Amino acid sequence: MHDAAHGSADDVILRVEDLAVHYPIGGGLRGGGRRLLRAVDGVDLELKRGECLGLVGESGCGKSTVALSILGLQTPTRGRIVLDGQVVTGGQSLDRMALARIVQIVFQDPYASLNPRQSVRRTLEAPLRLHGMTAKSEIDGRIEAMLSHVGLRPEQAGRYPHEFSGGQRQRIGIARALILNPRIVICDEPVSALDVSIRAQIINLLLELKETLGLSYIMISHDLGVVEHMSDRVAVMYLGRIVESGDWREIFERPAHPYTQTLISAIPDPLRRAPLATTRGEPPSPLNPPDGCAFNPRCRHAEAVCRRAPAPSLDVRPDGHAVRCWRADEIAGQTVAEPSAAFNGSS
Amino acid sequence: MTAPPLIEVDGLRIDLDDGSRRTAAVEGVSFRIDRGETFGLVGESGCGKSISALALIGLLRRPLSIGAGAIRFDGREIQGLPAAEQRALRGNRIAMIFQEPMTALNPVSPIGRQIAEMFVLHQGKSWREADRLAVEALASVRVPAPERRVKDYPHQLSGGMRQRVMIAIALACGPDLLIADEPTTALDVTVQAEIIELMRNLCAERGTAILMISHDLGLVANVCRRVAVMYAGRIVEERGSDALFRASAHPYTKGLVDSLPRLGTRAALGRSKLKEIAGVVPAIADFPAGCRFNPRCMQATEICRSTAPETTRLGDGGLVRCHHHA
Amino acid sequence: MKLGTSTIIGGVLFALAIFVGLFAPWLAHTDPVMGANLMNAEEPPSWIWWFGTDAQGRDIYSRVVHGARISLTVGIVSQLVNSVIGVTLGLTAGYWGGWWDDVVNALTNLMLAIPSLIFALAIMAVLGPGLTSLLIALGLTNWSFSCRIARASALSLKSQGYVQAAKVLGYGDLRIMITQLLPNMLGPIIVISTLGMGGAILAEAALSFLGLGIRPPYPSWGSMLSEARDQITTAPWLSVFPGLAIFLTVLGLNLLGDGLRDILDPQSRSRRT
Repeated sequence: MHDAAHGSADDVILRVEDLAVHYPIGGGLRGGGRRLLRAVDGVDLELKRGECLGLVGESGCGKSTVALSILGLQTPTRGRIVLDGQVVTGGQSLDRMALARIVQIVFQDPYASLNPRQSVRRTLEAPLRLHGMTAKSEIDGRIEAMLSHVGLRPEQAGRYPHEFSGGQRQRIGIARALILNPRIVICDEPVSALDVSIRAQIINLLLELKETLGLSYIMISHDLGVVEHMSDRVAVMYLGRIVESGDWREIFERPAHPYTQTLISAIPDPLRRAPLATTRGEPPSPLNPPDGCAFNPRCRHAEAVCRRAPAPSLDVRPDGHAVRCWRADEIAGQTVAEPSAAFNGSS
Repeated sequence: MTAPPLIEVDGLRIDLDDGSRRTAAVEGVSFRIDRGETFGLVGESGCGKSISALALIGLLRRPLSIGAGAIRFDGREIQGLPAAEQRALRGNRIAMIFQEPMTALNPVSPIGRQIAEMFVLHQGKSWREADRLAVEALASVRVPAPERRVKDYPHQLSGGMRQRVMIAIALACGPDLLIADEPTTALDVTVQAEIIELMRNLCAERGTAILMISHDLGLVANVCRRVAVMYAGRIVEERGSDALFRASAHPYTKGLVDSLPRLGTRAALGRSKLKEIAGVVPAIADFPAGCRFNPRCMQATEICRSTAPETTRLGDGGLVRCHHHA
Repeated sequence: MKLGTSTIIGGVLFALAIFVGLFAPWLAHTDPVMGANLMNAEEPPSWIWWFGTDAQGRDIYSRVVHGARISLTVGIVSQLVNSVIGVTLGLTAGYWGGWWDDVVNALTNLMLAIPSLIFALAIMAVLGPGLTSLLIALGLTNWSFSCRIARASALSLKSQGYVQAAKVLGYGDLRIMITQLLPNMLGPIIVISTLGMGGAILAEAALSFLGLGIRPPYPSWGSMLSEARDQITTAPWLSVFPGLAIFLTVLGLNLLGDGLRDILDPQSRSRRT
C-alpha cells in the first residue's frame, strides 16, 4: 500500500517500507514474562528529492525510532529502507561511512549535541579527514565555506561550544550535519530547545540551506506551526503507526483523522483564543495498545467498530491523502474550529 | 477600588552575587494582580521571570537575593514577616506548581499522603479527615478512580497525571494565588491542552488568581487576561493580552509575535521568510547599557543606547518601556 | 578559576614529595644503604643527623629521602596500570554493553569482594618480594573503582547527542570511545587516580611492613617502618619520620584529589545562556 507515489521512482530519495521496531521488555533469564514493545509497527514513508517531509506526533509515537532506523543507529525488526536507490537494511546493508555521506541529523538540544572538549574546527575537521580529505587547504576551505553557510564567522572556528549561545550552537550542529555534503538531513525538533526570539533565525536558515544545497529534509516536530511552515508533505504518527499523511495543505486545512484534528486544535495561538482540549486522557503505552483503532480510547468519534480488532488500515485517496480511520468519511468536513465546540457540549 | 490588590510588586530588584560582583538580574519590576485575575509573565531564558516568581513566594536562595522593592500580599509587606508566617502563607494562600512534577513530588510517599499533608499542615485537620479530603481533591482534578490512585507513588503516574496531582496539592487549601511556572513545558501538546483547561476552570470556579510564567506566547494569551513581557531583567510591556499580541507597543513584543510560524499563516498568506529578531539573548553579566533591547532593535537610535527608557502609560491603560513605542 | 586552600596545600605536598624523589641523590647526606657506620648507631635527631640514625648508624633523613623514590614509583606506576586497566574495561563495557558488560561487571564485583590487600599479598607470595612484583601486585588489584567510574560515565555519555552525531558521521567504535567519550570522562578518572595513588602508597607500606614488599636494606617508607617496629619505644624517630612522610604524601594526594573533583566537575563549568 506504500506505493501511492506519484512521480517516477528516481524522484524518491528515501523509501521506508513496512518498517517495524520491536523491543523485548522485562522478563527474567529464561525470558518468562517478556513483553514486546512495538515502538514502530509497520511504517511506510517516501521522501522525494528537494522535499521537506514533516513527521509529527507526541512523545512515544515512534517518530524518533523511525529516524534512528534511517540513520542506521537502530536495527529494524522488519521492513526495508531504501536510500538513494540502495537498500540499507538487512544483509546487504551499506556501511556506516557510505551511509554518513547520504543522511545526517540535526539534534534538538544544542547543548548536549556538541562535544564540550572539541573546538568547532575539530568538530568539522575530523569527519572530513575520516572520509578521506587530507589536503589542509581543501579542509580549511571547506570549513570556512560551511561556517559562512550557517552564518558563523571563520575566526570563530577555534572556539569551544561553551563560548556560544544556544542559537549559535545549533548553527554549529547544522554545519556538522552538512559538512559531508549529505543528500538528506533529519531535523529532530531543531528549534524547540531554543529561545523564542532565536527560532525564526534557525528556521529561515534551514529553509535557505535546503534550497541552496538541494537538500531533502525529514522534519520531526511536535510544533505544528513549525511543521506547517516548513513541510511539503506531512505524516502524523500515533502509537507506532502513521494515522494520516498527505500534502501539507490537505493535512492542515482538511485534517481527516480525529487525532490530527486534536493535535491542531491543541496548539495555542497568541492571536486566537479557543478551547485547546478536544480529547481526554493520555496516549496508551505501546506495551499495552488498545484493541482496534489505537486512538479509540481518546477519540470523541469512537463507536463500536473502532473498539473491535482489527485496527483500521491506511486508506489512500487518489490525491495521496491517506487516513487510518474507520469513520473518516463520516467525520470529514468538520473543520478545525468545530470539534472543540462539539466536545465541550458533551463534557 | 478601595480594596488593596491581592499582590503588589513595587520596584523589585533581584541581585545575583557571584562572590566578587553583584549584578541586578531583575530590576524595577512592578506589577499587581487583583483577586481572581489571571496574569502572565512571558520572556525568554534568563529574562528573570522565574526568579521574580520565586521572590514573591519567598523562595529566593543564594546567590540570589532581593536587593530593593516591596512585595505586598493582601496589603501586607511579605519581606518583613517572620519565617513562620511566611511559611503559613506559602501553600495556604499562595501555591505554586513547577515545570517538572517528578522532581516536585516526594518519590517515596504515596500521592494521597502528599495531598493530605496540606490539610493537616495548614488547616489542622486530622489525618483521617485529611485522607478523605485528598480523595476529593484528586477527583476534582479528574484523576480517574481516585480512591485507588491515592495509594500510588509518583513514579507510577504519567507526566500529565503527576501534574494533576501537583495541581491538587497546590489548590488543596483554596489559595488566593496560584503561581504556575512553565506548568506544561514538559508535557505533550494534547496533554498540555487538558492540563491548561483544568487549571483555568478550577481557578475560575474557586476565584483563585493565576500568575502564569511561560515562554509560550500562545499559551499565555489563552490563559491570562493581562500579560507582562520581560526582557533582560525588566518588564518592557504590560497590557491586556488581546492588545498586547494584536497591537504590540514594544518592538520586542512585536518582533516575537511576528517571528512565530503561526498555524494557518502559510495557508492564508503563502510561505514567506519568517521575520527574525537579530542577535542573541544577553546573559545577566552582559546586559547592555541604555535600553536593554537596543542592540537587537531595528528602531534603536542614539537615546536608546545611552538612556534606559522609563515606563510610559498607554491610552488603553497598558504600560510600555520604550523611547519609540508604537 | 579559583583554587581552594586545601587544593593548594595538597598540590604543594605532592609536588614536594615528587621533588624530593627526583632529586634524592642531591638532597641526601649519605648513601641510604651503604652509609652504615656503627659508630653513629641510634643517634636521636640533631643538627648533624636531622632525623636521627638507626641501629646500623644509617642516616634516617637520607633513607626517607631515597624512600620517596620507591614509594612514589610504586604509587604512580601501579595506579597508572590500574587506571589503564580500569578505564579500558569500564569504557568498553559501558559503551558496548551486552555480554561483555556482564563479564566486566562480574569481574569488578569479584575484585571488590576480595580485599585488594589480601589479593596483592597472594600475588606477592607467588612472585616473591621486590619492586617489580610489588608493581604487578598493586597494579592488578585496584582497578575496580576506575572501572566503575569509566563504565558509569560511558553509559551516560553514550546517549549524548555528540556521540550519536559521531556515529552518524561514520566514526568507528574505537574512534568514538577515544575521541568522544574518553576526554569527557577524564575529570572523574583523574580524581579517582589521585586518590588511588595515596592508597597504593599505603598498600606498599603495608606490604613492606609485612616483609613482602621492598626488602631491606633498600629503603622504602614501609620497609623502614617494618624495621623500626621493635625500637618504637627506645628509638621512636625510626618510625616517626617515615610515618610522617607517608602521612603527608597521602594527605596531599587526598586533598589534591578532592580539589580536582571540584575543578574538573563539568557541572561547575557554566553554560552560557
